[in-house]
Amino acid sequence: MGYSGFKVFWEGLRGNTGWKPVWRDPAPKPHYDVIIIGGGGHGLTTAYYLAKNHGITNVAVLERGYLGGGNVGRNTTIVRANYLLPGNSEFYSHSLKLWEGMEQELNYNTMMSQRGVLNLAHSDGQMDAFARRGNQMLIQGDDAELLDADGVRAHAPFLNFKSQRFPIRGGLLHRRGGTARHDAVAWGYARGADRMGVDLIQNCEVTGFRIENGKVRGVETSRGYIGAGKVGMAVAGRTGQVAAMAGLRLPIESHVLQAFVSEGLKPIIPGVVTFGMGHFYISQSDKGGLVFGGDLDFYNSYAARGNLPMLEHVMEAGMAMVPMIGNARMLRGWGGIMDMSMDGSPIIDRTPIDGLFLNGGWCYGGFKATPGSGWCFAHLLATGEYHKAATRFRLNRFETGHVLDEEGTGARPNKH
Amino acid sequence: MRIECPQCGARDVREFTYLGAAVLADRPDADATTEAWQDYVHLRDNPAGPHDELWHHAMGCSAWLRVRRNTLTHEILTVTMAQEDRT
Repeated sequence: MGYSGFKVFWEGLRGNTGWKPVWRDPAPKPHYDVIIIGGGGHGLTTAYYLAKNHGITNVAVLERGYLGGGNVGRNTTIVRANYLLPGNSEFYSHSLKLWEGMEQELNYNTMMSQRGVLNLAHSDGQMDAFARRGNQMLIQGDDAELLDADGVRAHAPFLNFKSQRFPIRGGLLHRRGGTARHDAVAWGYARGADRMGVDLIQNCEVTGFRIENGKVRGVETSRGYIGAGKVGMAVAGRTGQVAAMAGLRLPIESHVLQAFVSEGLKPIIPGVVTFGMGHFYISQSDKGGLVFGGDLDFYNSYAARGNLPMLEHVMEAGMAMVPMIGNARMLRGWGGIMDMSMDGSPIIDRTPIDGLFLNGGWCYGGFKATPGSGWCFAHLLATGEYHKAATRFRLNRFETGHVLDEEGTGARPNKH
Repeated sequence: MRIECPQCGARDVREFTYLGAAVLADRPDADATTEAWQDYVHLRDNPAGPHDELWHHAMGCSAWLRVRRNTLTHEILTVTMAQEDRT
């Protein structure tokens, strides 16, 4: 069933009685060519591109809960490609291009809105650093504009330009960045994968791996044993735990990141604005709510909820840089579990176990990576080769010293 | 969260700074193997449940504490002085 404006109109005339479930609810088969663990954004895109790009359709996505019920449905929906380091830069550039074509590709409205991402700068040093980052983005073929204070004022006049502690010197504007409807991304890829024959199996928790002679043979699940030629893990904050069932210890810690939403308001925030020095970023959803957040809570957590000190810190930073938000009421906040890697960059690689592959360590940046991650992970699963946009996300880079430490903070997962 | 500092009593988490897993206190010898150092610097158990970790009472008595905390509930289970714990 294809979607179109006409279809919406036609269904409106007949009481919306013609809509059908968008994907099947199949029982697991005894064996698949590829099993993807995790029915979130990255797992679903991986399955989609396995089928679409490589013709591998005997694929199952195993999801413990319901599709898109994890971090892909619990993030602040920001899409961008403003990375500095080779390794990250080409990957996020590739991913952003996939975002730009996603709605046509999927015949699904993911509400991709390139409304711009503005990073604020408050010192000469930060302006120099942003100039360097912007140049790297241009070299990569993406867009970047270095704004002076007047440029920032024209873009976001509501910011606090009188701050003594953090005077706004300028900013780096990435116009192709923006936001998307996070749930729709999961649903669109799920529908696309299902249509090509991928089995999306919900309420199916993986409880163990069957490994013989160093090769993975399949997975034990709450719905019985399922054999597989290859198994890919794409389980975000649970990466450490799922990998532990295969006997792997990873350079990953799980941490909690909080986010908050205000009541719905008329459009007031033109894009995404980040106040990195104060640990604060904000955007406005299409529904009107202000969506904002800050830093991790800094300690290991699987609790999916944060503590008061970080909530207060985010509110204070928000009031310091965007004073008008004090007139809005906060409706809700939540905490998501991040698999924070030791250098702040992700892993798309094989594991020491033959046939078992890992996609994880996305820290708090997994959403924007969703299509690129699936594209490159599918490439690795299907061909055994690293995709050219993801050659450096290696599991052994910590051992060999080829880390991708964008923040330059060392092996401290909570500092990235 | 409140952490029961052995010297100061129960204090708000704002007074403390988190370092990481308590394995950081067991530093390998300088001439240990690369594998031992890789293990120490980068690899973690990352449990969902009780977790031993190091906290610094930076805004209090300045002691380093070994805290056992449940990462699923944030419940503090035990707190000891990191230094005592090593001897």
